[in-house]
Amino acid sequence: MFDVPWDFTAIPRFFPGFYVAALLTLQITFFGILVGLALGLVTGLMRLSNNKLLNMPAKGYIWIIRGTPLLLQLMIIYYGLIDLVSIDRMPAAIIGLGVHNGAYIAEIFRGAIQSVERGQREAALSLGMTPAQAMRRVVLPQAFKRSVPALGNQFIIALKDSSLASAIAVRELLLRARQMGSATLMMLEMLMIVGIYYLLMTTVLTLLVGRVEKRLQVSDYRD
Amino acid sequence: MMIEIRGLNKWFGDLHVLKDIDLDVAEQEVVVVIGASGSGKSTLLRCINFLEFAQKGKIYIDGRETDVKSKKLHLVRAEVGMVFQHFNLFPHRTVMGNVIEGLTQVKKIPQNKALEQGTELLAKVGLSDKADVYPAMLSGGQKQRVAIARALAMKPKIMLFDEPTSSLDPELVGEVLQVMKTLANEGMTMMVVSHEMGFAREVGDRMIYMDEGRIVEQGEPKELYSNPQHERTKAFLSQII
Ligand SMILES: Nc1ncnc2c1ncn2[C@@H]1O[C@H](COP(=O)(O)OP(=O)(O)O)[C@@H](O)[C@H]1O
Ligand SMILES: [Mg+2]
Repeated sequence: MFDVPWDFTAIPRFFPGFYVAALLTLQITFFGILVGLALGLVTGLMRLSNNKLLNMPAKGYIWIIRGTPLLLQLMIIYYGLIDLVSIDRMPAAIIGLGVHNGAYIAEIFRGAIQSVERGQREAALSLGMTPAQAMRRVVLPQAFKRSVPALGNQFIIALKDSSLASAIAVRELLLRARQMGSATLMMLEMLMIVGIYYLLMTTVLTLLVGRVEKRLQVSDYRD
Repeated sequence: MMIEIRGLNKWFGDLHVLKDIDLDVAEQEVVVVIGASGSGKSTLLRCINFLEFAQKGKIYIDGRETDVKSKKLHLVRAEVGMVFQHFNLFPHRTVMGNVIEGLTQVKKIPQNKALEQGTELLAKVGLSDKADVYPAMLSGGQKQRVAIARALAMKPKIMLFDEPTSSLDPELVGEVLQVMKTLANEGMTMMVVSHEMGFAREVGDRMIYMDEGRIVEQGEPKELYSNPQHERTKAFLSQII
């Protein structure tokens, strides 16, 4: 008999003990996505504007965020800005994840808005709508619908990326695993527990996104 | 005059698309515009509805000059209805939703009043039974009739039609033309880009032939049709028959 150095029975035993950390992961992800959606919508619209004062800052923001690692962005917000403002680790994680996702979501929205046929906006304008009304009533609803698959994908990435908040001392799943691993000397077992949590959450999220997609499809048309 | 156009010139980059267009359309007049593809017919209509801005010249709608930089431009557009070749119905709204969109959003009419008007309009275009259906479920002819009802809901002073039947299967053309004839008989001022000669001769007061951005020739439809003065008009008419 080999002496296996691992005790996998520890997995079910310690599993419930990660519950609070999982909630933290969900919180960072949820609020990070909310911030990201708001920033993404505003930035996406600015990016499409013909006004340089609007589209240049949007381009700059997207360029910087997509060109640097999220880990670095989190560190800058939490450690780097400490002389300027001291932000708590949770808000820092949420802002960091939100600002990061905002850049990606902006590009998703921009693409979806551009994919709506020009005639839709023109029909709205010809009815006497203002450009803002045409955007809000006609273009955006269609664009949102088209962006659901890409958004769902981005949400799953955000959920997994929230693990980087461990680097700024947020006691979410990954940090909890490392701490528990050191304490129990069962590192692999603790990391596997976290892996199972992530799989469960991403699976549920994938199913949810799939349901939303389906619902949007049957509710009307395919034209 | 319902529409007065003076010295209109429009460029897309280096491409000179409309050249010194002068045109008057009287109240209740039905003007049919013909011409080869690329001759500027759509652009002319789109300029009248300010979906495109001409670089030179003036357009008066119902006697008023329009400042294209005005924040009230949308109110001018509301007075000019437009029907597009590809319908451009809002796919995320039902047929009724499409028809009342302008009423509730632009005219700010309460929902129940708007629904009453919407019901009347759908009856007018013969689609009462389709109110709750989404556009994707309709035939091309039905879609175009919804588009007409949607434009009419704004009670426009002018209706512009840009090839309203040219993307329809032949058997569906008649039902759309029928609705347009009714409109014309009710006294709507209309500009129609169309090569449906039967329609032009029956309800058109005037026919305009455009070529390379210019109005080459115009006249009473039967007259222009049977007795074109310019070589280009002759050549074009012989092609489309
Ligand atoms: N948005 C645009 N940008 C550049 N060129 C255009 C645009 N719209 C139309 N054109 C060009 O202008 C000319 C006139 O087009 P159009 O008015 O659509 O003609 P028609 O409706 O008579 O076929 C064509 O050469 C067309 O390619
Ligand atoms: Mg055209």
